[in-house]
Amino acid sequence: MDFSQSLLSILIWLPIAGGILLLVIGDDNDVNSSRSITMRVAALGITVLTFVFSIALYKWFDNATAAMQFVERASWIPALDVWYYLGVDGISAPLILLTTFITPLVVIAGWDTIKVRPAQYFAAFLILEGLMIGVFCALDGLLFYVFWEAMLVPMFLIIGVWGGEKRIYATLKFFLYTFLGSVLMLVAFIYLYGQTGSFDLFGFMNVPLGMTAQKLIFIAFLLAFAVKVPMWPVHTWLPDAHVEAPTGGSVILAAIMLKMGGYGFVRLSLPIVPDGSAYFSGFVITLSLIAVVYIGFVALMQKDMKKLIAYSSIAHMGFVTLGFFLFWSISSGTGAGLGMTGGMVQMVSHGLISGAMFLCVGVLYDRVHSRQIADYGGVANTMPKFAAFMVLFSMANAGLPGTSGFVGEFMVIIASFKANFWYAFLAGTTLVLGAAYTLWMVKRVLYGEVANDNVAALEDLNQREFIVLAVLAISVLLVGLWPAPLVDMMNATIEQLIQQVGQSKL
Amino acid sequence: MNLTDYISAAPEITLLGLICVVLIADLFVDDEHRVMTFWMSIAALALTAWSLVATAPIERVVVFDGSYVSDPLSQVLKLTAVGFVAIAFLYARDYLRANDLHKGEYYLLGLFGLLGMMIMTSANSLLTMYLGLETLALSLYALVAIDRNNATAAESAMKYFVLGAIASGALLYGISWIYGVTGTLKFDEIATAIAANPDLNSLPLWFGLAFLIVGIAFKFGAVPFHMWLPDVYEGARTPVTLYIASAPKLAALAFTLRILVDGLGGLQDVWADMIMVVAVLSLLVGNVIAIAQTNIKRMLGYSAIAHVGFILLAIFCGTDKGYAAALFYTLTYVVATAGAFGIVILLSRRGFEAENLADFKGLNARSPWFALMMMFLMLSLTGIPPFIGFLGKLNVIDAVLSSGYAGLAVLMVIASVVGAFYYLRVIWYMYFEPREDQAVLQASTDTRLVLSLNGVAVLALGIVPGWLWTLCTQIALSMR
Repeated sequence: MDFSQSLLSILIWLPIAGGILLLVIGDDNDVNSSRSITMRVAALGITVLTFVFSIALYKWFDNATAAMQFVERASWIPALDVWYYLGVDGISAPLILLTTFITPLVVIAGWDTIKVRPAQYFAAFLILEGLMIGVFCALDGLLFYVFWEAMLVPMFLIIGVWGGEKRIYATLKFFLYTFLGSVLMLVAFIYLYGQTGSFDLFGFMNVPLGMTAQKLIFIAFLLAFAVKVPMWPVHTWLPDAHVEAPTGGSVILAAIMLKMGGYGFVRLSLPIVPDGSAYFSGFVITLSLIAVVYIGFVALMQKDMKKLIAYSSIAHMGFVTLGFFLFWSISSGTGAGLGMTGGMVQMVSHGLISGAMFLCVGVLYDRVHSRQIADYGGVANTMPKFAAFMVLFSMANAGLPGTSGFVGEFMVIIASFKANFWYAFLAGTTLVLGAAYTLWMVKRVLYGEVANDNVAALEDLNQREFIVLAVLAISVLLVGLWPAPLVDMMNATIEQLIQQVGQSKL
Repeated sequence: MNLTDYISAAPEITLLGLICVVLIADLFVDDEHRVMTFWMSIAALALTAWSLVATAPIERVVVFDGSYVSDPLSQVLKLTAVGFVAIAFLYARDYLRANDLHKGEYYLLGLFGLLGMMIMTSANSLLTMYLGLETLALSLYALVAIDRNNATAAESAMKYFVLGAIASGALLYGISWIYGVTGTLKFDEIATAIAANPDLNSLPLWFGLAFLIVGIAFKFGAVPFHMWLPDVYEGARTPVTLYIASAPKLAALAFTLRILVDGLGGLQDVWADMIMVVAVLSLLVGNVIAIAQTNIKRMLGYSAIAHVGFILLAIFCGTDKGYAAALFYTLTYVVATAGAFGIVILLSRRGFEAENLADFKGLNARSPWFALMMMFLMLSLTGIPPFIGFLGKLNVIDAVLSSGYAGLAVLMVIASVVGAFYYLRVIWYMYFEPREDQAVLQASTDTRLVLSLNGVAVLALGIVPGWLWTLCTQIALSMR
């Protein structure tokens, strides 16, 4: 059966329809009632099915071309010349795969740990999945914005309903921060719409723009994406949101939602306002390096595991923006491609590692109901299997060669060497800092004597948790040892992007 | 005067006749069977809607010696107003019955108010406009005071009446200046007179214009003439608030467009500045003060002020795109606001007004479906896609940007972010807080159905908004 013509629509709408189905099935208070079980099986089935469809995307994806693939184009609002315009290229396809890969794991992770309104919980994740895939597929500015904003609503509910103690503060901060960033992007879109007469992203890329317009548009985009990434100094919502969100929410937030910011830079900022990006590249690099170094130190001081991983996310995402904006500091052509590829690989890798780290904390939290490092110690004695996984993911987080964390960071560091020694020096500190804060946490949590009765009473991973962590561990190692398939997917698109960015639009 | 005149005004004539029938028939209905009046009113509305459709003009028709106009703008606004009055009646019925207020007056005053709105919408002369406005205003004053044993309601009715009288006085004063300068009351003749003699475009005319703008700002509830609005929204019984918050906004839009565009279009550069000041103040004051409210009716009142800021900014552009955006925004805003008050009514019951934000706590546990509907409505008012409120905002921002006011566009979106907080607070109370009120929601099937349709409509319209935007654009183009 050939459904390649509507594959992207299937990927977007299948989970959303599935989410509505879950709401219709509903739940009752009994976790073991047949209704609850049907609902959860349906949730898992739909996310797995979506993943299967995304494998078809991978199979049929043509690595050789930089053009958009699986394109769907239908008129949506003819009066405003808005199109339902979808397509993927080497930048978006890996991120879609990441999304469809992580979501079933989140469903399994929340299988019976969610006691309050599980149907709404799973429905929110499914709808969120569809909307996130929509962001990565949309090639029409307005469609992009619709998915981009709509995505906030399920996440707002996930943190607010199923989150921790200060969840309301955290979720409002999350929503308002990201909303403020995005509305300015909307103004930029409408301005570009006024210039081109449609919301087509390719139209935006081809329209000539003056320097002032480019600078202003870049700032509008920067605010939207910097909040999402998040870059220093607009990162403060992230530690709050991560700490208060339920495990699944943290995983999705870290693994996929942060990638929206990076994706926005490569899909919109760089090609639409190349001269504006060139003008501000030094500024963005500075912010990225501050994130890498300063936030690394901040992470070192955290007492809360989730907060620590949240800060480590900010530091690692600094590599992504650094890689993207090195282009203008490098005179020869090869290094620029390396920086961008590195940034992209880092996004995928960080998605896997940070998701895994949050799941590890979730495993502990479900048992002890504390995220404080001080409440643990010697967990390896009672949970050997868990300890093995956590050590692996921590090594990956610290950028150990052979894990996915190494590949992206290494590429970006090499590229920054070509640009400026000090960039590379500062970026390189992450190898020390990352190792320091991650491994110090591991030492305090996993090793040493059994700290207290809670730790002594811990039970090792159950089958469900084992599967989730094992799948993630395999993928972290796979990307680390054999990144070629991932890099091959991106190559053609990134080459084209570099050409596009190199051309002035003035 | 000939037959065409009467055909063009047939909807108003039909409505007036039917009101008289309902008025008399209501005398013979006792309180137990008061629902008869409700159904008679609905029938009257249906017949009026039918006569609107049957007499729909293909193009602009000016009748009654130039004092009355029937055009696509008036048709659409009237039909929508009829629809919203019907929805208000339906939402109100159970509430009135439960609170021993189920008299014929609510429906009759509502119908008279509708008559006033229809006259305003079709007015082509300042005097016709004034007559329609007063018909509407007097009905509203009485509606606010309908619960005569309620001191708050009486107080807000008094406040509304006194301030309304001052605004009417200002309006009449402005009308007399315009008449004195141009020598006519009819909008098209005013426009011709100004075009023919540019010398008229000077201080005396501007002086009159300023008073007209005071009238417009008062009717819309724009800052600094908004003082009545929060008090009336809060003081009136919820079905009355619902009525005031929905259909009259459409009439106010017609009022503004007829005066400023049809009549004084030549003075656009003069009134644009005044409108902008009023609009920006409304946007800021409305959004900021709404944050501090704990009463949802009052909060929605301040939110209405903020939304009026958007509508006026669209008109401020002075372009066809701007007028279309204003129309689109008003139509879609009214859908969302009617639904929101519908939910407030739904949560109320005998002796209990669900008017505090805290009364929404845990609604998701009481009724997931209506919590979802309320969330849709709140998100639409915030301007989150894919709900229709987003496209309303998009069109206004587009109009403002294409007129070259990038600063205003940025101000508008930032005001929306400020506004997002108080809409999100409703969602927060519904979803994140535990249930406090154990009572079961009481509402009849038809109310539940229409309320659900209303909630789904903001989503459905947001997904297929093309036709509505096309319609609004066509109407804007047909105006001159």
